[in-house]
Amino acid sequence: MIVAVASGKGGTGKTTVALSLALAVEGPVHLLDCDVEEPNCHLFLGGEVVSREEVALPIPRLRAHACTACGLCGQICQFGGIIVLPTGAHVFPTLCHACGACVHLCPEGALEETPRRIGELVETRHDHITMVGGRLDVGQTLSPPLVRAVRARADGARLQIVDAPPGTSCPVVAAVRGADVVILVTEPTPFGLNDLELAVEMVGRLGIPHGVIINRAGAGDDRVQRFCDRRGIPVVLEIPQDRRIAEAYARGLPVVTAFPEMRPAFRDLFARLTALTGLAPSPEH
Amino acid sequence: MKLIITAHHAAWDAPVDARFGRARTFVLVDTCSRELSEIPNSQALDAAQGAGVQAAALVCRSGAEAVITGHCGPKAFSALTAGGVKVYTGAQNTVADAVADLEAGRLQCLDQADVAGHWV
Repeated sequence: MIVAVASGKGGTGKTTVALSLALAVEGPVHLLDCDVEEPNCHLFLGGEVVSREEVALPIPRLRAHACTACGLCGQICQFGGIIVLPTGAHVFPTLCHACGACVHLCPEGALEETPRRIGELVETRHDHITMVGGRLDVGQTLSPPLVRAVRARADGARLQIVDAPPGTSCPVVAAVRGADVVILVTEPTPFGLNDLELAVEMVGRLGIPHGVIINRAGAGDDRVQRFCDRRGIPVVLEIPQDRRIAEAYARGLPVVTAFPEMRPAFRDLFARLTALTGLAPSPEH
Repeated sequence: MKLIITAHHAAWDAPVDARFGRARTFVLVDTCSRELSEIPNSQALDAAQGAGVQAAALVCRSGAEAVITGHCGPKAFSALTAGGVKVYTGAQNTVADAVADLEAGRLQCLDQADVAGHWV
């Protein structure tokens, strides 16, 4: 089962939930930190680094002598990554999305793909948790390929928990696509609700079953609950507003570590999530 | 010589547009015949990213020897330079003023971008 933890709004508790799920489960689990622009799961888990792997994109490089300035590559590129002037083609690597169309189309074979590093994958072990985190290099802007590389690293693993980036744009879609169920973490505030509505629309379009966790329950009002009731979206867990949870988090302690009494709630969550997916329950979880 | 000025619309009294990549339109001016024509920048205006380089490609294909605009970022500057187009910044007021300022030597010819890219 692949469980993605997402939210429209940032700072609602995605990492808290993803870590707590991974820590509460008994059997082996893959925790995938797909928030590659600001990964943080490793700060809470520590653990031993078992591998590092560079992630690169195939970017076109021009063999200038072979270019006839025919213009095909510039016409096909949707991103301004390659333009053709009367003097020949020019590649702008940071704009390139590495789709390969220009290389494929060039009738002169003047473009060849060369790897350009965008970041790395770091795999760590912490008891029963195998954590894979993506780290986008400073100055890079194209995170979805790195997010997909994190996901691919756990391909075939029986239980995967994905900590998605905030928002509803391409990196988030890359993180949650193919998940069996998505947990949308929100808070009971107008901002939380506004961004939850966007996130619900996103997972709806992707056709993924989803439930909501209300974090800091009691801090605001009941508008998120009313929205979920109206839309028939199950609220699978409420985490109470409690300053001690925030204090523990600030010291690097996930909620189930600081408050073991919360552990059963997260373990029970798996049964509810499995019911949402329609998959057969696993005896291990 | 042929010049391109970034502007709000194609007229001598049109205000200049300080943006290069997302300029509302390009005005092509022939300084000998004093003729003026328009090259729409719609493709770059609608681009999700890379507006500067796409606008630069358009300018290079227009046959202009120089462009007058407000500011120019690094990728657009490198594309314009590769196409042999000189870049003048600091355009103010109208298209007519920009051309007069260039002819009077009051505009600065860039030897590098004068602003940072949006996707550094």
